[in-house]
Amino acid sequence: MASQHRRFARLLAVTAAVATVGLLSACSGGDTGASDSGLGFQSVEQVADSPITVWVDAAREPIATAFKAANPDIPITIETYDGNAGGSDSFKTKMALFDQSGEGWPDVVFSTQTNDASWAAQESNGVQAFAAPLNKGVLDDSFLSGFTAGANAPMTVDGTVYGLRNDLAPVVLWYNQKLLDQFGYTVPTTWEEYEALSDKLAADHPGYILGSVGDGFTGTYVYYWGAQAPIFQVDGDAFSTNFADDHSKRMTALLDHMIANKTLVQDSVFGANFASYSDKLVAIPGPAWYSGAVFQNTAGLNVPAGEIGAAAPLYWNGEDKVTGNVGGGVWYASSHSKNLKAVADFLKYAVSSDKAAELASGLPAYTATSDAWLKTQSGSGYFVGDFAGAVNTAASSVWDGWGFPSFSPETAYSSIVIPGLAAGKSVADLVPAWEAEIKNEAQVQGYTVK
Amino acid sequence: MGYAFSSGYGILLLAFGVLPTLYAIFLAFTKNGSFVGLDNFSKVFGDYRFFPAVQHVALYLVVYLVCLILFVVLLALIVHAVRSRWLSTSVRFLYYIPGALAGASSVLLWLFLLDPTVSPVAFVLRGMGLDSFVQTVSIDNLPVIFTIIAFWTGAGGWIVIMYGALNNISEEVMEAARIDGAGPIGTAWYIQIPMLRKWISYMGIMALAAGTQLFVEPRVLSQASKGVVPPDYSLNQLAYLYAFSQKDFNGSAAISLILLVVAVGLAAFFVFRGGLFERE
Repeated sequence: MASQHRRFARLLAVTAAVATVGLLSACSGGDTGASDSGLGFQSVEQVADSPITVWVDAAREPIATAFKAANPDIPITIETYDGNAGGSDSFKTKMALFDQSGEGWPDVVFSTQTNDASWAAQESNGVQAFAAPLNKGVLDDSFLSGFTAGANAPMTVDGTVYGLRNDLAPVVLWYNQKLLDQFGYTVPTTWEEYEALSDKLAADHPGYILGSVGDGFTGTYVYYWGAQAPIFQVDGDAFSTNFADDHSKRMTALLDHMIANKTLVQDSVFGANFASYSDKLVAIPGPAWYSGAVFQNTAGLNVPAGEIGAAAPLYWNGEDKVTGNVGGGVWYASSHSKNLKAVADFLKYAVSSDKAAELASGLPAYTATSDAWLKTQSGSGYFVGDFAGAVNTAASSVWDGWGFPSFSPETAYSSIVIPGLAAGKSVADLVPAWEAEIKNEAQVQGYTVK
Repeated sequence: MGYAFSSGYGILLLAFGVLPTLYAIFLAFTKNGSFVGLDNFSKVFGDYRFFPAVQHVALYLVVYLVCLILFVVLLALIVHAVRSRWLSTSVRFLYYIPGALAGASSVLLWLFLLDPTVSPVAFVLRGMGLDSFVQTVSIDNLPVIFTIIAFWTGAGGWIVIMYGALNNISEEVMEAARIDGAGPIGTAWYIQIPMLRKWISYMGIMALAAGTQLFVEPRVLSQASKGVVPPDYSLNQLAYLYAFSQKDFNGSAAISLILLVVAVGLAAFFVFRGGLFERE
């Protein structure tokens, strides 16, 4: 009996030792069989027909499933994750873990954020950059030239494209034609007219609204970006934020004015309470994807057909007609993939197939796909006015002064401005703390703050 | 045989407790494998997020420990004093149920309770002047919210343990107290609570260990509130951000070590003040 115990104990000890050695070697392993295959990076040895793993968010699952059905000969595993939404950083944190363990990376990742190239295109702790360069051999130029001009700019570092834009999210001015007719208003075209309309609306029809400042992306991307406010700029390793600029100050004043007259509300457009504005929303500046996510969403405003229209974006009177942009997803290919051919096939399918146009929930970034999508949307009879024209105008006029550093502008706005407004402060009161938070975040991420 | 029984625990302790701790100590004093002394620590101390996080956790610990000790002891004494057998059993069962919900899922439940637009107790929140989720989870309210969540999930188990400890106090002592004229309050104050001292300090240590590691609750609240609760509220969250957002595992290890030192120090206080290792 006693010897049996000892054997058992020895077995346990050996198991533990083996496990420890395994763990340690896994931590230090990694660079085996690498070769430069003329793709612009050290790819691992390619194994034909090896399965690929694709990470998508819930909204992109249908296109991945469609690819699987259309290409039964390519073994593919589809995994759903949160899509990195709201700056959750799950994409980055998961890749950091795989970098640490030296294995396990997915072959293709979809991210709802536009700034991931800031880290995914960089080597980290001695591990090759996760994102594979795509314009050096993985995909041909004739395919890449089919994107809307500038669509891949946020993922391009020194001429190398590290990710493919899935959809564009330029900000347009959404309006409710029925309410405008009822009140005898016309669609505002400038920020000045928008502010003036708010005074009329507040005086004549209290309770009706012109937008929301209750989300991290509205305050930053919709209003400040659209106002050409230089509060989030990157130049190499230098980061700068300037709230004292005239554009920034004018937007801060506009927001405070409209929050005070209650035409801007503090509810998140995705919050349970926002649905109650279904018949109270006169106009709202917002990204192209509001069409599906807010207006035609049974859990959102769920506005009936024939009321909502999109107009060209708001701009400052006498200045450049530019606008902001709220995200737009990006496809990344892994530089650790063993089957880059299948990866390339998947990427092409995801952005440029007929199925991509059919399943898109927002304005596609690939020109041919977006033409097909806009035709379907305009033909559906849901929108009034020149929907395709307004969206196209917006897509080609996104202000290029906004930066894409390795952190999101949404976090500082969410943790400082949103609770501050809820506590009754004005944006102007909160600017010093907000600015300090942005600068601190930039510093922690290793930027030189100007 | 004894070794066989304890080996399971021993191996797991080594693999997931002792070895990671040693690895963290190694990481905290090195950078890219070479010794850097206290560099990682000074970097962490210089981080603008560090001291706010320390404050948040310290405030939460004070509120939580005081509430936990006060209410658990009080409730255990009351339940113990209840003569009716079925009432006492069902109340103990009721206290225990929330403990069956594991960390994140209990927070999800609280997300509904704390949002005035969907909460079944919205009138209570509105009565306190909280009209939106953003107002409810404002940073000043968080220590109280986390205390309520932690108490709700954890106190039931402790009440059952305290109840068991109260049952261990010999009937002769209790009877002697009664004969000497002590009422329920007198007995509780002079007999029961002093005899519970070890159990209370044990509870204090366990609650402290759990409390300093505050992570799941603020993390889930941060995601649910889309960042209104900052992602760097607690020290453990900051360590997480260091490791996975900044890819600085050395800084992360330094924060973990600081937490370990503080937690061990505070636990030592409870051990010696509570006489946990004394033998009678």
